[in-house]
Amino acid sequence: MKTEVTIAGVTLKNPVMTASGTFGSGMEYSEFVDLNRLGAVVTKGVANVPWPGNPTPRVAEVYGGMLNAIGLQNPGIDVFLERDLPFLRRFDTRVIVNVCGRTVEDYLEVAERLGEAQGVDMLEINVSCPNVKEGAIAFGQKPEALYDITSRIKRTARQPIIMKLSPNVTDIAEMARAAEAAGADALSLINTITGMKIDIYKRKFALANKTGGMSGPAIKPVAVRMVYQAAHAVKIPVIGMGGIANGEDAVEFLLAGATAVSVGAMNFANPHATLEVLQGIEAYMERCGVEDVRELIGAVEE
Amino acid sequence: MKKISVGRILSQREIAPGIHDMWIGTELAREAGAGQFVGVYPRSAATLLPRPISVCETDREKGALRLVYREAGAGTREFAACRAGEEIRLLGILGNGFPLEQAEGRRVLLMGGGIGVPPILQLAKDLAGRTAGQVNILAGYRDGQLFLAEDLARYGRLYAATEDGSRGTRGNVMDALAAHSLEADVIYTCGPMPMLRAVKGYAAGAGIRAYLSLEEHMACGVGACLGCVVKTRETDSHSHVHNARICTEGPVFDAQEVEI
Repeated sequence: MKTEVTIAGVTLKNPVMTASGTFGSGMEYSEFVDLNRLGAVVTKGVANVPWPGNPTPRVAEVYGGMLNAIGLQNPGIDVFLERDLPFLRRFDTRVIVNVCGRTVEDYLEVAERLGEAQGVDMLEINVSCPNVKEGAIAFGQKPEALYDITSRIKRTARQPIIMKLSPNVTDIAEMARAAEAAGADALSLINTITGMKIDIYKRKFALANKTGGMSGPAIKPVAVRMVYQAAHAVKIPVIGMGGIANGEDAVEFLLAGATAVSVGAMNFANPHATLEVLQGIEAYMERCGVEDVRELIGAVEE
Repeated sequence: MKKISVGRILSQREIAPGIHDMWIGTELAREAGAGQFVGVYPRSAATLLPRPISVCETDREKGALRLVYREAGAGTREFAACRAGEEIRLLGILGNGFPLEQAEGRRVLLMGGGIGVPPILQLAKDLAGRTAGQVNILAGYRDGQLFLAEDLARYGRLYAATEDGSRGTRGNVMDALAAHSLEADVIYTCGPMPMLRAVKGYAAGAGIRAYLSLEEHMACGVGACLGCVVKTRETDSHSHVHNARICTEGPVFDAQEVEI
């Protein structure tokens, strides 16, 4: 049984990755999961300087999922390169670094620093975080802005770039095409869906930020639809995510057109989720006589 | 070592309105220390996150862990409906726990408020015989339902405070502290944020050490998501931004280290 997939010339041993922000830089979950077995680890967003993030409460559970407004707290590129990257490089897995910023220059600075680093396989550019006031999503909601930042990062980056798209747009296909036209090597989607929760007894917002990004199994149908639309709008590979809890969910994304999948919020519900998703994909292949996982990509019958 | 394990509920009863007392047979009982916590997973697919619940008591010989929790939402409502014999999924053991060595040979005051009372029980047990004189315990409640009071009284001198004045000192634990003129070299506490702020202020004024067990909404429980942070005086070890993770660097912090 073949489980390898290739994205922008980078071959992953299997299509299972972690979704940025749900897996730290791998260290915390390495107590639960053998990172060597993952297709790739996608790190939490890394900025040019440390970011403190938002006030608490930052997380709230909702029916079938959760809201978060962490605000991209991260130690910045220096600590990432000194501490987190050397840790990840000990494992036989692909390393994809999620890059965030407030200005285009911030993104370029991080991309440049990562370009000099050994052992970074790809960059994922976060232009879709709904929880920070400047940067991030401001670049990901208009095709022109997305085109501009994508082309500028592409000129600087030494590694292939994956543009992570927001679902909080009118036309995901248009956004996908803009990123592709600007030189993106791959797309990943969906980031979280903007949501809100109110505590009716306290008459207060559940999150200090009022709004937060929704993730978890409840958003999966939205994510499958958007992955399908994006994958059919572009020729570059698409990485699908949004509520994946098991192998069957992952296969659904592959059939919709994803080349690989990421497990996000379900890591919190089950720290072994990534490996169970991988085992589930393999079990499906076995049961359905699929020799090569690539046969599944976009194979839904029209 | 943190891991997922399955425990078996040994007993469950409601010890005050909305307050439940659950004993679980689990290997975690042998490593669980005072002030540490477990993530308890509800079974409903509508829920996602483990519920952080602090260690109330352990029976290391029997391999039993006691959790006393308040019914606060869908998850804890589900736990409350569980009966002896059922299995329950646990993530643990989590958090740093209370620094017991700071109590060595010192006069110790333990303060618990509301659902912050349960973790004080294992702490009082673990401190037995290590402190200067008997441990004083202040426990604050809403009303006369003094849950765990009898257990606490076995390991120290208990002073209760109730908001409605039905038992002990009328008011909160700070009122009871003043009423009994208690003195201490070190305070350990767990309770609602206004109480923790008051204890921090009191300890600073009195020039004594205080250790606060903090609570915050959590997602992963293992330090990955950065959902549960507290502002710290010094830069934190993880993100270098004065925001320590309550689940990992905490939940117990030196009062001087946190800005609450």
